[in-house]
Amino acid sequence: MIETRNLVKNFGSLEVLKGINCRIREGEVVCMIGASGSGKSTFLRCLNLLEQPTSGEVYIDGVCLTDPKVDINKVRQKTGMVFQLFNLFPHKTALENVTLAPKKVLRLSPKEADERGRALLAKVGLSDKAHAYPSQLSGGQQQRVAIARALAMQPKVMLFDEPTSSLDPEMVGEVLAVMKDLAREGMTMAVVTHEMGFAREVADRVLFLHEGQILEEGTPQEIFSSPREERTRAFLSKIL
Amino acid sequence: MDIAIQILPTLLLGAEVTLRLTVISVSIGCVIGLFMGLARLSKSRILRAVGTAYVDFFRGTPLLVQALVIYFGIPQLINDFQTWLAVTYDIPRFQTFRFDIWAAAILVCSLNSGAYIAEIFRAGVQSIERGQMEAARSLGMTHVQAMRYVILPQAFKRVIPPLGNEFILMLKDTSILSAIGFVELTRRAQLINADLVAPFPIYITAALIYLAMTLTFSRLVDWLERRLKTE
Ligand SMILES: Nc1ncnc2c1ncn2[C@@H]1O[C@H](COP(=O)(O)OP(=O)(O)OP(=O)(O)O)[C@@H](O)[C@H]1O
Ligand SMILES: [Mg+2]
Repeated sequence: MIETRNLVKNFGSLEVLKGINCRIREGEVVCMIGASGSGKSTFLRCLNLLEQPTSGEVYIDGVCLTDPKVDINKVRQKTGMVFQLFNLFPHKTALENVTLAPKKVLRLSPKEADERGRALLAKVGLSDKAHAYPSQLSGGQQQRVAIARALAMQPKVMLFDEPTSSLDPEMVGEVLAVMKDLAREGMTMAVVTHEMGFAREVADRVLFLHEGQILEEGTPQEIFSSPREERTRAFLSKIL
Repeated sequence: MDIAIQILPTLLLGAEVTLRLTVISVSIGCVIGLFMGLARLSKSRILRAVGTAYVDFFRGTPLLVQALVIYFGIPQLINDFQTWLAVTYDIPRFQTFRFDIWAAAILVCSLNSGAYIAEIFRAGVQSIERGQMEAARSLGMTHVQAMRYVILPQAFKRVIPPLGNEFILMLKDTSILSAIGFVELTRRAQLINADLVAPFPIYITAALIYLAMTLTFSRLVDWLERRLKTE
């Protein structure tokens, strides 16, 4: 479903991704961990071309994104993204946040978009907040709206970049619960997270990124309980 | 005092011209400013260069000189060109070109305020967090859709206070057009003074009329700003 071949990304002279080969199958949930600056966000953002890779290839659902002929707006519809800081549209209500792209990009009628939007808000447990503005919602609620907004485009893949790390601890659970539901429904997910509990319970695989490379990968059990690499061990001992 | 009361109606006619010119020019300036501001943010080098040249020229030269160039300079250019055409290609001359003074005044003030407003819009768009554009693009919106539905609506709110200030500055700066003979408030005062020769009461009355207008608008801007904040 997602595949990268020798993915390299430089910012000027800084080499952030140094040739990443990675394959994520349909329905798989992959968590990525790694120190700050190791390139986790950059990698995720290359998967929907929010960052243009310097070289290498990215395939989503069989389409090569790095091919200049590809309509990037079409491919982005297949990949939903959830950001650390939510990035909800502050001038729109929760429902409008969810329905904006379906209306403007998919050209759904207002009625269809509304139905889809309300169903998704119900799914993330926020039916009663449809007409609230982001500033009137808690962090956890905002992030759930952001997930609903991404789902509204009916993506095949969901990318999460530290979706809970700017939340107060008591709100982390409600967001993770929504993500677990998604995983259970078979969504293909790439998640940058340091929530080890979530990774253990939900992830099929964990990747450890170090200085722009996948240093180690394995099942959560393998990575968390018996990491092979010294660096993985050092990193885990710092965050656990 | 008597003089002030006697001339007040005439001065108010001038104030009306000042106000009308300002409203028209700042409105046109907003349209120019929006496009030029977006041009300065565009990915195209040529558009950026056009926007920058425009903004630099109109912010980097005095309004009075701009008025002189447009009102006197451009007609000369056009008429010289006509003469050249007539001489070289035997094309009959049209009428000698002259600017309608209202048209010239509106043109100068619109172009001038457009340059300042371009910078206001540019700053407004740049003040929107990068994550907004990224979120919109990640949903499959094109750059234009993201601008139109996500960035600009938020930017418009933020530029209302600086636009209000630009309006007030323009209101005062229109007095410069008295130098090309455009009869707004200041020119009215000068004309009255040529007649009555009482500079103090005449000019102080004109000043107070400007003050009344600018204070009214700055209060209005303050009020709008407070309302937008609480929203
Ligand atoms: N737009 C950019 N321009 C220049 N350098 C950048 C840019 N974005 C990221 N970097 C650099 O790339 C490196 C990797 O950044 P990235 O955000 O991918 O790390 P990360 O693993 O997500 O870290 P964190 O855990 O702090 O989010 C960092 O050194 C960062 O400074
Ligand atoms: Mg990051």
